[in-house]
Formats: sequence, structure tokens, C-alpha cells
Amino acid sequence: MTTISTELGLADRKQATSQLFQKKKLINFGLPVIVLLYLTYVFVAFDISGLWDKVSVKNARTLVSDSYSYKTHVTRDNRDASVSVAIEGERKGRYPDGEAPAWVSLGETTSINLENGHHVRFGPQVIEYDIPGYGLVTAKPGRTGVNATLPDGPVPNWINASKNRLAITTDAGRLTVTRNRTEVFRYFTGWELFFFTLDSPYHGMGPAKLLSHAVQGEAGAIFNDFWTNKMWRHQDVAWAILETLLMAFLGTLGAGIVALPLAFLATRNFMRMSSVRFVVRRFFDFLRGVDSLIWTVVLSRAFGPGPLTGALAILVTDTGTFGKIFSEALENVDEKQIEGVQSTGASPLLQYRFGVIPQITPVLLSQLLYFLESNTRSATIIGAITGGGIGLLLTQAIITQKDWEEVAYYIVLIILMVMFMDWFSGWLRRKLIKGEEKKTKIRKSNAAKNAFLLP
Amino acid sequence: MSDLNTSPPSLTEIRGDYIALTQRKRVYGGILLAIFAALMAAGFRTADARNAGSFRDGFTNVFDYPAEVLGEALEKSAQLPGHLVHFFPSLVETLNIAAASTMIGAIAGIILSLLSTRGLAPWPALIPVFRRIMDISRAIPEIVIALVLIFLLGGGPVPAMIAIAIHTAGALGKLFSEVNENASLKPVDGLESVGASWAQRMYLGVIPQVGPNYVSYALLRFEINIRASAILGFVGAGGIGYELRNSMSWGQGRYDEAAAIFLLLFITIVVVDQLSGQLRDRMTHGAKA
Repeated sequence: MTTISTELGLADRKQATSQLFQKKKLINFGLPVIVLLYLTYVFVAFDISGLWDKVSVKNARTLVSDSYSYKTHVTRDNRDASVSVAIEGERKGRYPDGEAPAWVSLGETTSINLENGHHVRFGPQVIEYDIPGYGLVTAKPGRTGVNATLPDGPVPNWINASKNRLAITTDAGRLTVTRNRTEVFRYFTGWELFFFTLDSPYHGMGPAKLLSHAVQGEAGAIFNDFWTNKMWRHQDVAWAILETLLMAFLGTLGAGIVALPLAFLATRNFMRMSSVRFVVRRFFDFLRGVDSLIWTVVLSRAFGPGPLTGALAILVTDTGTFGKIFSEALENVDEKQIEGVQSTGASPLLQYRFGVIPQITPVLLSQLLYFLESNTRSATIIGAITGGGIGLLLTQAIITQKDWEEVAYYIVLIILMVMFMDWFSGWLRRKLIKGEEKKTKIRKSNAAKNAFLLP
Repeated sequence: MSDLNTSPPSLTEIRGDYIALTQRKRVYGGILLAIFAALMAAGFRTADARNAGSFRDGFTNVFDYPAEVLGEALEKSAQLPGHLVHFFPSLVETLNIAAASTMIGAIAGIILSLLSTRGLAPWPALIPVFRRIMDISRAIPEIVIALVLIFLLGGGPVPAMIAIAIHTAGALGKLFSEVNENASLKPVDGLESVGASWAQRMYLGVIPQVGPNYVSYALLRFEINIRASAILGFVGAGGIGYELRNSMSWGQGRYDEAAAIFLLLFITIVVVDQLSGQLRDRMTHGAKA
């Protein structure tokens, strides 16, 4: 009898176990399937397959090549045959009249050496491009068009010739001739004029020579030329980064200062009136729920673009978040310590100061520091929307669609800035909060305890 | 030995030492507080000086814009339901961007975190490399990648999705690898002894242990990503942020649309916050798991 019932029980248990296994299998393998299905839906909804047609290969190529290289333009005005040389074709990067880099020899006939046997000559009348392995291309721009003559045979696809325009793109460079202008681009690797612009006497000096000049008492002048570099605007960039950090600093700490007293009003143990508690809590929810985007938009209407607007936007949003976190921490404080302070006859203010604040300081500081780091990133984003800090410089550089080397530079600076703040806030947290190590351990053991919750 | 020769400190000495100590502490604290206050004040003044409008002038106008928007929205309150319906698809797009990027980012984060956890990584020598990859992708603000991708791909949801996914992968990867460190290695060893491949060991041995924590972190990230995708829409990446910028650039006369978008965004954020908060609570405290 007993054996039969046990066997029945065993069968039951076996069934139950296999049911549990079924359930686990379903969740373990069903969840990824759901994710996959959703992602497929999104791929269709976002038309990913049609994306390839939209990708601008030309833009991608300019972006990539421009971010690590630059080009020098040699331009001939075809109406008066004057020739000018400028880096990136910008006025700020222009060589003084009569001066040119070594590969350009100015004169009656300007001869431009594009390396590997490629030579371009600007004659008084005729433009010539000697292309190795193809032949000599000539053009005689004038009223009637560019009058290009190509070697016999089919026109290769890297030459684009029409009545009013001739464009030749080779590995060595690029030549464009129109009726009024002839332009040669030669590409170089690196960021042009990063340290000194052409009008500075220190342009083109090696580090050793610069150092010797600096030792001779020119350090100030050297720094000044670097700092006021018109091409890369090091001064403005430094200010922009400072502005971004300022936004994060003012916003985070300001929010902490505003949120702390308000948080007391939202706790059950310090605020007896439930109506006040309710109002303050909904206020925090409102501040958090109205996204920082909306706050930025609203505040920039009132204060205009700049770091103050960004700081206030961060301050307002984070007041809600801090209020919630702080009030939760305040609800968990130990009443005994407050009673202890009270027993010495301390006034309510002193009770808060010595009974409550020391208990929540670790939470307060670690949250503030954590947000300081994440707000550095937010400040970059808010700066891009309202106009302030490094975010503004970045959007401006992207909008021009040609200064990709500057974009690359700013991106590197932003990444370094955020990583620095990450490291700095972590370092400060470890310095200020000695119990931090212990607490992470507790948290980790909690995490381990919860590990098996999902089947 | 020398202790024997000196008499024990008298009460007044102890008292004096204690008072001196507290006074020194107070002075240090006071100095720190003063430096902090000075920093805040100087920072505020700098920010104020470099801002287009000053704090004092702007402060009185803070409520002008919301009042205008609200006033117009109330005036045309009959059209509000229509606007809500009209902008709902773009809200769905914003949510889709956030959800898809959270999922893609979480998957990438799981892989990165497993590759960079000691004891689980298949190539322990490469752990620092994967760590740095996570650090860098975490440090890049979404807007940077989004703006560059908008240049390449044109406006639309895809640049935003990719941008948020990259940041999410870094942020979640770091949290996940902290979770992974607590996973028991016994199931992994067991699976290895029966000849399971690395992917099988991870999927069957590690993921079931850390799954709830992963999901709870991913939900938290989803909340953050909704806000991020609204912001990226504002710089041209589609969704509700894009509509908001359009209706704002129309200026007066279209404020009812802006109000409708504000409302939609607000409701969405609050609802998602509540839902995911409850879900996370259930997951970590195991009420019904």
C-alpha cells in the first residue's frame, strides 16, 4: 500500500518537475524569441533595409578622410591669373602673398608638384596636368568655356569634362577648372595648423627648437600664439569645456542644496502633515516627469542660450530625482541617534544637524558625485540644444559639414572630459566615504541572494 | 616605560584637548564650507555673465512661456484630443527607438560584460581591451554619435537608435559585469565538464543566475532611454522630439500642438516610470517571481 502511494507520489512529483522544466524552458528560450520578434518589427518599422539607399557614401568618405587629413588649395583666378595658396581654402589658413609651401613654385608659370610624378602647371593662358600613365590634360579657360583637351581614347571615370567644367580626381590630388577659377587640392595627413597658424613666427618649428625659444624667454609669446590660434580656437574650446563642467557642477550641487530641505517635507517621520507630504512628493514627481528636454526648452525661452540655462535645467530636473532619493534615505534613518541628541537638550535644528545629517551624508555624497559624472554628459547634450559649452561648438562644427577634423577633436575632448569626471567622482567618493567598500559588498551579497528569482 | 613617569592627564587637560579638537574640526569644516560657497557663487556669476540673458532679468519671465502655451492650449482645448491622436504615432516611434536601442544595447552589453569578467572571459588577456571599449562607449554622449550619423544617414529614427544603443551597451556592460562577478562558477564548471561550448556555458550556466538583475537594470535604462530618444528627436532624429521642435519653431498659433506634445511626453514618462518601478520591485524583491 505504502509503496503504491509513494509511487503515485513519485509520478506526481515527476509530472510537477517536468512541468517546472517546461516552464523554465519556455521562459529561457521564449524570451529571446520575443526580443527577436520585436527587433524584427522595429527593423521593418524603421525601414532598415531601405537604409542602404539613404547612406551617403560621399558624405561618409568626406567625413572619414577629413577627420584625419587636410587639404591645401592652390587657387588661380582665371580672370587676372593671380594665384593664392590656402590651407582648407580658408582665409585664416592663407599663405601671405608671394609665399607658398615647398611643393608649389610661384612665378610666371606656377608649377605644383603633387608627388608620384603628378604635376600641374598654371601657365599664363593654359592649365596643364601631367598624369603619369595617362597623359597630359590641358585646359584653356576663357569666355567660351574651359576648352579641355584630353589624350585620345575613352575618358576614364575619374575625369569629368564638360563645356564649362573640368574635374580630375586622382590619388595625388584633385584639379577643378571652371571658367573663372582653377583649383588644385593636395591632401595631407594630420590636423593642419593645430599649434600655430601661418602668421605665427613659430609655425613649422620642431619641439626642440620651440623649447629653446621658450627657454630664451619667448614662452609667453609662444603660448599666446597657441592660445589665440584662429583655426582651432584653443581658448574658446577651453572655455567651452569649462562652461560644460560648470553647468554640471552648478546644476548638480544646486539641485542637492534645493532638494535636501524639501526632502524633509516629503518623509513620513519628519513631516506629520500628510497633505504637505503629498504635495511635496507630487512636486518631485512633476519635476522628474517633465523631462529635462522640456525644462531646457522652457528655461531657454526665459534666459536665452548659455551656461546658466543649462545649469538651471539640470538643477530643476535633478531636484526631483534628488528629492526622491533623499527622502527615501531620510525615511530610513535611525531614530535612536536623534533621540540621543535630543536627550542632551539640543534644539530641533541641532537635532537635525547632529542626529540626521551624519546618517544620510554617505548616501547624499555618493548620489551627488554619481550625478556629477552623468550630468557632465547631460550638460554636453543640453548645451547642444540651448547653445552653450562644448555641445554648442560640436553642433556648430557639424552644421558646417566640412570641419570634420574639428568634430573629431571635440569628440575626443568630450570623451576625455567625461572619462576624467568619471574617474574624479569615483576617486572623491572613495576619499570622502570610508564605508563605501563595505556597502558595495553588502549590495553585492544582496544581488547574489536575488540571483535565482527568475526561473 | 616613560608612561610610568608621566601622571595620567587630568580632566581639565582632556577637556581642553577635546575642545581644541572640536574647534579645529569646526574651523576646517567652516573653511571647506566657505570655499564651497565661494565656488558656487563664483560659478554662478561666471555662468550668469556668459549667458545671453541674465538670471535677474530672466527669472521674472520663467513662467511667461509656459503661461502662453497653456493659455493657448486652453483656448483651443477642443482640438487637444485631435492633437493627441495626431502625435501618437511619433510617440510610438520614440518609444520604439528607446526599446530597440535598450534591447540591442543590452545584448551587446551582456556580451561585452561576459567577455570582460574574470573567470568567465574566454580570452582573459583581452579583458582590459573590452573594459576600455565599454568605458569609451559609456563616455560618448548619445548626441555626438547621433549628429554624425544624421549627417551620414539623413534624419530618422535609425541614427538615434544606434547612438543610444552604443551608450547603453557601455553603461549596461559595466553594471552587468558587476553582477557577473557574483555569479557562481559551479554551473559553468559542470557544463564545461560535459563539453559545452563557451556560448552554451554562458547561456545555460550564467544567464539564468543573473537574468533578473539584468532585466531590472535594463528596465531602468529603458526609462532613461525614453528621455534620451525624445532629446535626440529634438536635434533631428525623428519621434516626438522632432515634432516638438517643429511645432515650437512655428511659434505662436501652434502652441496648442506643443502643449499636446508636452502632455504626451509627460504622461509617457510618468507611466513608464511607475510600471517599470513596480516591475523592478517585483523582480528584485521577488513578490511573485
